[in-house]
This record gives sequence, structure tokens and C-alpha cells, in this order.
Amino acid sequence: MSAILTMIGQRLALGLLTLWVVTMIIFLAVELLPGDFAQALLGQSATDETVNAIRQNLGLDKPAVERYFIWLGDVLQGDFGRSLASERQISELVGPRVYNTLFLAAYAACIAVPIALTLGILAALYRNSAYDRGVNVGALAAISSPEFFAAYILVYFFAVQNAWFPSIARLNETTTFTDRLYMLFLPAVTLTLVTMAHMMRMTRAAIINLMASPYIEMARLKGIPRGRIIVRHALPNALSPIINVVAINLAYLIVGVVVVEVVFAYPGLGQLFVDSVVKRDMPVVQASALVFAVTYILMNLSADILSILSNPRLLHPR
Amino acid sequence: MSKATQNTWKLLRTAPPTAWFGLIMVSIYIVVALLAPIFAPYGETEVVDVAGLSIGDNPSFLLGTDHIGRDVLSRIIYGARNTVGLAFITTVLTFAIGAVMGLLAAVLGGWFDQILSRIVDVLMSIPPLIFALLILTIIGTSVINMILVIAILDSTRVFRLARAVGMNIVVMDYVEVARLRGEGLWWIIRHEVLPNISAPLAAEFGLRFCFVFLFVASLSFLGLGLQPPTADWGSMVREMATLITFGLPTPLFPAAAVALLTVSVNFVVDWFLHKTSGLKS
Repeated sequence: MSAILTMIGQRLALGLLTLWVVTMIIFLAVELLPGDFAQALLGQSATDETVNAIRQNLGLDKPAVERYFIWLGDVLQGDFGRSLASERQISELVGPRVYNTLFLAAYAACIAVPIALTLGILAALYRNSAYDRGVNVGALAAISSPEFFAAYILVYFFAVQNAWFPSIARLNETTTFTDRLYMLFLPAVTLTLVTMAHMMRMTRAAIINLMASPYIEMARLKGIPRGRIIVRHALPNALSPIINVVAINLAYLIVGVVVVEVVFAYPGLGQLFVDSVVKRDMPVVQASALVFAVTYILMNLSADILSILSNPRLLHPR
Repeated sequence: MSKATQNTWKLLRTAPPTAWFGLIMVSIYIVVALLAPIFAPYGETEVVDVAGLSIGDNPSFLLGTDHIGRDVLSRIIYGARNTVGLAFITTVLTFAIGAVMGLLAAVLGGWFDQILSRIVDVLMSIPPLIFALLILTIIGTSVINMILVIAILDSTRVFRLARAVGMNIVVMDYVEVARLRGEGLWWIIRHEVLPNISAPLAAEFGLRFCFVFLFVASLSFLGLGLQPPTADWGSMVREMATLITFGLPTPLFPAAAVALLTVSVNFVVDWFLHKTSGLKS
């Protein structure tokens, strides 16, 4: 048991180190900006005095290292500063949008994961059949489609040709949970389409890999039916790679929402991010990039830890 | 028929229909991209039909016209040149950086390998789209900047692969012999390592192209890639997006052009991977 704890400890330490390096990169990236915040804030016509006053006010006259730690301390307390464009507190701006983005990602995951696992297990069960080949070609096609293609196809057929679902997902305070689910159905299906294929293929590959091992052959020779072999004997051992790929795809979901949010005009973090990039609103870009990067790293970290935990060989050492 | 063409033909005859489909589609894209002015009925940015917008009413505009009256078919044909060309150049650059660095890391080892590998670890821990958008905000969105940012970010994946497969070759005796013979670094990489890892690298080239192509299309779709009036599939979808709410499928055509090329390349790579892994075992 201690071996597994050290492995997890190492992975956690590495994850924290990565997080720290990433905060440094995001901070430094903005430092590379020609001129500085004060100039960006005041524009071309500012006099030297006003620029200097703002600089002192924002603490920009301090050395970069000191400012980095001040910034990091503020960020850890949830204070990202103010937006250049709207002058609002960024934490107020980002907070509800993070919730919206996570809601959409979770919704998509609830649809994608069960379907992907079922299709993958069935493909492994009926290996090399017409069904397997069909699913495989379908998966390749889905991987190859840009998010906006899948999104607009769905909009064209299910929102315009048949007005079953709304083509944009604008929320307001009165939107109830069920309304939300209804409005977000097309965005969630789009995300499902683009992430499902990878999970399905990995599930199939993990199970097929195991089917060649001697203990499965033993089970088959004992006369256990195929379905039971897969569910009772192969699946527990395939769990580790499957959980890993599911978590990696959830990380991708959170990042992949950017394009989908823009298509459906959904007020999530991705749309705020793209808008701020266009407006060059640096503090907001910084904050959103940080939130995305941290979420992504944490998801990948949990992917690794879960796959260590679900590996039966590590759980029952000899 | 020479021996080489005979072998190629034999290989092609055994190819599954999906691979055939992929090969034919990729060839069509290349021809269209190279000969765009010959195929396109109208100019790239020529406004030909101000009143139009509808599809099928006017036989001279096969796919209709866009929001300001340019022929969509012509723009898609020119887009093949711009979008695919840009993605191809970026992929070549991605590959050059990734493969050279990866092979150097494999052959040199030691601190060089350590430093590069750690840098790559950090770069890969940040989602590429987010990282690219952050950097493009800072250095400004231009085509050159976009190519460089995507090439550097994506070369990390080529680096990992080239380093991993290179490592397997570097420990071979014949590499040791070449070293003892006093051959230089580049000679060893070119004559001993590269020929042995060309198959996985070739497959990776296809996969990287797909990734870069979708990446460029997404950036353009978000309005941060190729700028109008250049015909580009991603930005065409963005510009025409509102047409879809009027019941016109026009924005789907450039998007489909992106998807069709990616799926074709994927089919070819899939077959190739199957083939090369089959020959090895």
C-alpha cells in the first residue's frame, strides 16, 4: 500500500509544481507586452505624469518578482483585479461564467461517457463485425469534424429546419434547471460528438488488449458466456486505462467548450476569453487563461491518480 | 512497370475502401488547391451577385452566394489554397522543429534531453488553444505569428514521439559502431536513425496535419486567424453564420470542406498505421 501512496504523492507534487510554473508563465507572458498596463489603460495620449501615477497606484513600479508574488497572493484569494474594458471586478465577471461552462461540460459528459463506454464495449464484443467497422468509421469521422461543423449541422437540422431546440443559449435569472437542460441540449450534443469517439476507441482497444491474455482464455474454456467474460473479467482490469481516457476527455471538454460557446452565444468562460482576446483586455485574458489551465491540469492530475488507484495490480501488490 | 510501381500497386490493391476514398479525396484537394484559378468560376473576392443569397435558383452560382454577394464555390476553391496551404506550411515547420529536437535529445541524451523534455512537459500541460490565444493576444494576431505559435506548441507532440522512437534506435549496436567509427552527429541521425523511424514519423505527419488544420480552422472561426477578405474556410463559416438562421445551409459548405479533408487524411493514416504495425509483428 505504501508504494501506491508514494506514487500518488509524487504525482501530486509534480502536479503542484506544474501549476506553479504555469502561473509564472501566464504572469510573465503579460510582462512581455510592449509598454505596460498603465500605458494600455490610458492609451496613446496619456502624459508621463498620469502614467507614472497609475503605475504607482497599481504597484507597477515594483520589481517583477515582487509583483508576481503579490499577484499570486491576490489570485489565491480570488482577486484577479479589474477588467480594462468594463472596469468591473474580474472575479464577479468570471465567477458565474465558470459555473456556466462547468455546467455545460458536465451535461455533455453525462451524455458522452455512458454512450462511449457502451459503444466501445459492444465494438470489442463484436470485434471485426460490420458493426465494429461502422462504429470505427463513424468515430474517425467524428474526430475529424471541427466543433463548428458539428454544431452548425445540428443547428441547421434541429433548430432551423425543425424548430425543436433553440439555436442560441442565452440564459437569464429566471431560467430554471429544466429550461437550461433544454436550451443546452444542442451544445451538449455537439461536445458529445467530438469527445465520444476518442473514449470509445480507447475502451475498445483496452478490452481487446485484455481479451488476448491467458486468464480470459481460461474463462472462455470454462464455458463462461462472452458478455459475462467482458463485464466480470475483462472490464475491471480495463478500468484503469478507461478511467484515464475519460478524465483526459473531460479535461478536453472544459477547453473544447470555447468554440461551442461562441457558436451558441452561451455566456460561459470561453466566450468571455475570446471576447477579451479580441479586445486585448489583458487582465481578463490572464484570469480566464489561468482558470482554464488550472482546471485542465487538475483534471489531468486526477486522471493519473484515478488510474493509479483503479489499477488492480497496484492495489494488490505481491 | 518498374519494381517500385508494381509494389505500390500491390499495396494499393489491398487497401480498404476507406483508404481509397481518403487517397482520392486528398489528391482532389491538392489538385484544386494548386489550380484554384482554373477551377474557380469567379474571383476570390469578386462581388458577383448583390441581390442573391439563395441556393439553387441561379445555376451560375452552384453553392449560392455569401452575405455580400461573393460566389461561395469560388471562395471554397480559393480557400483550399489558403487554408490547406497555411496548415501544410505550419505542419512542416512543426515537424522540422519537433523531429530535429526530439532526435537530438535521443542521440545526445544527458542535460540537453533533460532540459528539453521538462520544457515540453510544461508546454503540454497547458491546453493548446488557450495557450495560443494567450500568446496571440500579447504578440498580436498575424498570419506569421499564428504559424509560429501553432508550430512551437504542436511540435511538443512530435518531439515526444521522435524522442521515444529515436531512443529505441540509439541503443542499437550499429549506432554504437557508427559512433566508434567517428561519424558526426548529423550523419548518425540521417543515415542510422531516420531511416529506421520513418514509418511512425510519416503517420505522425498525417495526424499532426489534421490537428494543425483543425486548429487553424478553429482560430480563424474565432476571428483570430486569416483575416478577411482572404478566402479561408474557418472565417467563411464565421462570416456567414447568421445565414443559417434564415434556413440557408451555406455556412455548412466550408465547414464540410474542413471535415472532409481531415477525415480523408485520417482514413489514409489509419490504413498506413495498420499496414506498418502489421509488417513489424
